Amino acid sequence: MHVPDGFFDVTVSVANGVVAAGVVTVCLRKAKEELDERTAPLAGAVAAFVFAAQMINFPVGLGTSGHLMGGALAAILVGPYTGVLCVSVVLLVQGLLFGDGGLTALGTNIVLMGIVGVLAGYGVFRLLTALLPKTRGSVLGGAFVGALVSVPAAALAFSGMFAIGGNADIPLTGLATAMVGVHVLIGIGEALITAATIGAVIAVRPDLVYGARMLPVVERYAVTSGGVA
Amino acid sequence: MSRRTGRVLAGLLLAALVVAGLLSAFASGSPDGLTAVSEDKGFASTETEHAAADSPLAGYETRGVMNERLSVGLAGVIGVVVTFGIGAGLFLLVRGGDRTSGRAPDGATSTTG
Repeated sequence: MHVPDGFFDVTVSVANGVVAAGVVTVCLRKAKEELDERTAPLAGAVAAFVFAAQMINFPVGLGTSGHLMGGALAAILVGPYTGVLCVSVVLLVQGLLFGDGGLTALGTNIVLMGIVGVLAGYGVFRLLTALLPKTRGSVLGGAFVGALVSVPAAALAFSGMFAIGGNADIPLTGLATAMVGVHVLIGIGEALITAATIGAVIAVRPDLVYGARMLPVVERYAVTSGGVA
Repeated sequence: MSRRTGRVLAGLLLAALVVAGLLSAFASGSPDGLTAVSEDKGFASTETEHAAADSPLAGYETRGVMNERLSVGLAGVIGVVVTFGIGAGLFLLVRGGDRTSGRAPDGATSTTG
């Protein structure tokens, strides 16, 4: 969902830049509480993994493809504030080195994939894991649904922004319907990759998964084949 | 860093290198969701040229490398290394000099072991 240069007018681009800068500043302060000397380098590896996964466009039918956004995955693995920073680092590298995602749209992309992606993905994850039994299965199920929701949420946010300051006059309902429709399909891929990756880490080191810390120790270390309930 | 933390870190990095270096050649070439919608709805033409369009790695291809898979794979590996470098550096910096404020997840494992 990398927004290129030119889609949005100056007002929306600058406003998103200001919001992104403000939220990233808060995240830099708050991430300190999520990180320790073990998880700081791990969070760097999570950012690198998100970069790599974003190179893999998977087909979603009708001649369209999508790739991981990674906000839900990073937030559940290393914490929401660090998760926003992970996605922001990926977007910065992609914009500066790979010409992917406009430089004037960097703020917009951080807002959509970093902030909205993490808010929706991690928010739904937290809600579900609070309601469900404290098991690994709930963590993976919550990760799946959170990741699934995060992608159409970002698509909806894009549509709203476009209605305010898109550089073309496109009716909002038609745009939102098209954007959310295709991004629900992409969200299924996001959900599968997110749950599989968290399942793999939780099988080896459940205590390293930020979103699994609320599990009772016995459940974290329960020997279940593959850790999937 | 404990040995098993190192294993997770190494596992994630290895997975990232394999995905970006090897699997990236098999990614779908179809337009992504936003691009497809922008073409359908008729606002794809508002896109302007990227300021980094001349980057030697623009479009996830390494300039000067003729073999397509090698060009994409090399760009992917460079991206993984750069992202890890910036990310790990940033997070160690954010973590800061105050070594006591780090949250030990629980008593089940030793952070120094």
